[in-house]
Amino acid sequence: MDKIRNFCIIAHIDHGKSTLADRLLEHTKTIGERDMMNQVLDDMDLEREKGITIKSHAIQMQYTHNGTTYTLNLIDTPGHVDFSYEVSRALAACEGALLLVDASQGIQAQTISNLYLAIDNDLEIIPVINKIDMEGAMIPEVKDQIIDLIGCKENEILLASGKSGIGIEEILEAVVARIPAPKGSVDAPLQALIFDSVFNSFRGIIAYYRIFNGTLKKGDKVTFIATGAEYEADEIGVLKLGLEQRTEVKAGDVGYIITGIKTAKDVKVGDTITLTSQPGEMIHGFEEVKPMVFAGIFPVVTEDFEELRDCMDKLQLNDASLTYELETSQALGFGFRCGFLGLLHMEIIQERLEREFNQTVITTVPNVSFYAYTSRGEKLVVNNPAEMPEPTKLDRIEEPFIKAQIITLPDYIGNIMTLCLGKRGILINQSYLTTTRVELIFEMPLTEIVFDFYDKLKSQTRGYASFDYSPIGYREADIVKMDILLNSEKVDALSALIHRSRAQDFGRKLCEKLKELLPRQQFQIAIQAAIGAKVIARENISAMRKDVTAKCYGGDISRKRKLLEKQKEGKKRMRQIGSVEVPQEAFLAVLKLD
Amino acid sequence: MAGIYIHIPFCRKACHYCNFHFSTGTGLMGDMLKAIVKEAGLRSQYIAEPVETVYFGGGTPSLYSADDIKLILEKLAGLFAVTHDAEITLEANPDDIDAQKLHGWKNAGINRLSIGVQSFLQSDLQWMNRAHNVQQAESSIVLAQDAGLTNITIDLIYGTPTLSDEQWKLNVEKALALGITHLSCYALTVEPKTALADMIRKNKIADVSEDKQGRHFEMLMDWLAAAGWEHYEISNFALPGHRSRHNSGYWQGKPYLGLGPSAHSFNGKARQWNVSNNPAYLKSIEENKVPFEEEILTPVQQLNEYIMTALRTAEGINLAAVETKWNGPAAAGILKGAGKFLQNDLMVLNNNNLVLTRKGKLMADGIAAELFGEE
Repeated sequence: MDKIRNFCIIAHIDHGKSTLADRLLEHTKTIGERDMMNQVLDDMDLEREKGITIKSHAIQMQYTHNGTTYTLNLIDTPGHVDFSYEVSRALAACEGALLLVDASQGIQAQTISNLYLAIDNDLEIIPVINKIDMEGAMIPEVKDQIIDLIGCKENEILLASGKSGIGIEEILEAVVARIPAPKGSVDAPLQALIFDSVFNSFRGIIAYYRIFNGTLKKGDKVTFIATGAEYEADEIGVLKLGLEQRTEVKAGDVGYIITGIKTAKDVKVGDTITLTSQPGEMIHGFEEVKPMVFAGIFPVVTEDFEELRDCMDKLQLNDASLTYELETSQALGFGFRCGFLGLLHMEIIQERLEREFNQTVITTVPNVSFYAYTSRGEKLVVNNPAEMPEPTKLDRIEEPFIKAQIITLPDYIGNIMTLCLGKRGILINQSYLTTTRVELIFEMPLTEIVFDFYDKLKSQTRGYASFDYSPIGYREADIVKMDILLNSEKVDALSALIHRSRAQDFGRKLCEKLKELLPRQQFQIAIQAAIGAKVIARENISAMRKDVTAKCYGGDISRKRKLLEKQKEGKKRMRQIGSVEVPQEAFLAVLKLD
Repeated sequence: MAGIYIHIPFCRKACHYCNFHFSTGTGLMGDMLKAIVKEAGLRSQYIAEPVETVYFGGGTPSLYSADDIKLILEKLAGLFAVTHDAEITLEANPDDIDAQKLHGWKNAGINRLSIGVQSFLQSDLQWMNRAHNVQQAESSIVLAQDAGLTNITIDLIYGTPTLSDEQWKLNVEKALALGITHLSCYALTVEPKTALADMIRKNKIADVSEDKQGRHFEMLMDWLAAAGWEHYEISNFALPGHRSRHNSGYWQGKPYLGLGPSAHSFNGKARQWNVSNNPAYLKSIEENKVPFEEEILTPVQQLNEYIMTALRTAEGINLAAVETKWNGPAAAGILKGAGKFLQNDLMVLNNNNLVLTRKGKLMADGIAAELFGEE
């Protein structure tokens, strides 16, 4: 066990985590040059393209130093706030972490929050400044930031470049020398922490775990403590470039287990695997993952609903954090009300549906989960504007609040204040992390983040701000349901739950945006925003002026018919609401308001 | 009944807006005449019905002498059952028209002239690059009437970049004052790959304004209605009894035979079109082969063509006819699609006929597309 090191890499998006991981794998010859493909660990197309890690991964390396061979388990974690819980479980599986900071960008909020998580988990932190050979590298300044933040000595900070392979050997040496070996007993009752799972269409769910105590043998009867389910360990092993079978995996090591489980839901991240015959304690820190953001997903063509249902089922097999239930919309027909971890997760699901499953879907206005207390004293969880009771039947509504942490340059404090206060934020704290790094803490309603917060934050700070949040419970709020009407027909898919003070402005902007997005038709279209019967904003789209070509003689007929047939085909992607045709993108207009 | 269309693929010069098939080199005119006559022979089996209309279009058919036209008509009369009262139209440009030619055409059997006036404004004719001037435009009509060819249609173009509302009014008044019986009016369409498209792209001329075109069209409908003309197809107006029988055939889905390069033919179920290249056409005919491509129409495509063309006519879409020729669901589908247009006064339902209103006539394309059936 003293020859094992388990570690992860903490880094902000684009700070070079995946590239550095590639270099470590190369250097330890875990992977030959022939198999080398950029960002080996990000094996979803989407991950490579977006340069982000969506799921946790793990890979084992053998590293020989001064004649001793060590087993290094690198656990790659997601870097986005939507996946904080998964990150926390992956961190819990490690004894140490490389804190990777881009030499030209410095510390970012995401890094800090994950760093705190790592420190909370008692991880040994090895600070690494990456991309030191890039133009604009500010090595002394970034060193200062790191020292301020974790209180290390300057000579403990390693310098590296994943791109050109600088400092890789030093990093591996530090992993062996500084990160403690796992503790635990191979003879104690089994305690294996599940930090992720993947779906394989032939094998079912493959769960990844870290064993804290005990030994897992092939064929053992095991219990997953949180779900209470019992299985047989059909196959176990360790994670190299692929799966490598073993007959046993012992305390301290990282491995996989295949039990014939078919759906991701049955394998919960944070759960503990133990032996049915000799059960151990559950490892502390397990939580049920709760979706934060809800939106409807509908097929563009109503007849494709059954096909979409199949795809959602399949998608959920390998993404347990996706929840969905049937939803019926007057405007969009049958679809699903889906719960996501956050907006990025929502975007990922939508893209995976389109790419991996070839579905074209309409995603509706996202909303958070509200609590509605009726005058009869019931508490309802409202994940869909359509479910909100009539105002007369309501006692009060509560909305989820978050603690938002923003790290930026002092120049942008003013802009961020304006933005956050405008979104009903309350400033809790402002502190200088270094002379050039300011941390702002706000308490804000989550619903204000859901709409267009990220983009605004980016544009208000020219990208020099990083953002993280964590939920801090529910608070009473004056929430109203705002409806959109097209030629007097309510479009339920465009209804939104919003704070009364923001409704007027929001309604006006949404009407303006819809005016841009709806094509002109042969007659006038009235767009209205209303709360109950009261119209709070209105726009008109004037009728088309002329849509007829001059000639239609012998030779023109087939040409023209084809043209019009094509036009008709294009309209298939639109939804008919009353007499108005609504293109797909209009349903997400709400996310793109200025 | 059926029609025959003869495409004469030559022009003296190229109008800046035109994308029809033509050549400004007239060296092949002799060979072309022989080839067209030969093609008529090769395709004598294409239509069995009596031929009630013959139409010389182009291009510029008036480049051919009266004898040449006569040669073609005599050949057609020998091959097809051309009725004695057939409507025989010749497209002629004002600059080709003189008393002698008119006399010859009339003797050859031409009984209707389509004169390509386009405008009675010199400035318009100039930027269009027309070969004639205003004076020729007027005198050609008078000469034709003097020669006894009184069934005359002219083309006018509106909504052009330089045409004011007032000038448009003068143009239409002039046409009516000249005593013609039929009028085709086109909103200027900027076709890709024309000199006009290039001029607009290079900002040498203003782009067409949809607003102005809509306005000119509405004005036109008002004036001609007041003058007692029938607006029997989107772009076509006639004094009672003077509708174009040939073009009406197209809109009623009747069969027609097209001769000459780029000419289209239709037998009720398939459309075919000859190659749009004069030398290629000549060579192929020389080898006794008609150089054409063909498209066989599915029932839905036939229905869509009916919807598209019928909607443009004063009679509109006859739902009973749809039910008979296609089926009940097809008719029901059209009626369902028409709902919002009926509701918004773009269409009316008259005795089972769906007819565009004045407002709807400006939207015929989009409406037709929405009424289309699907495979």
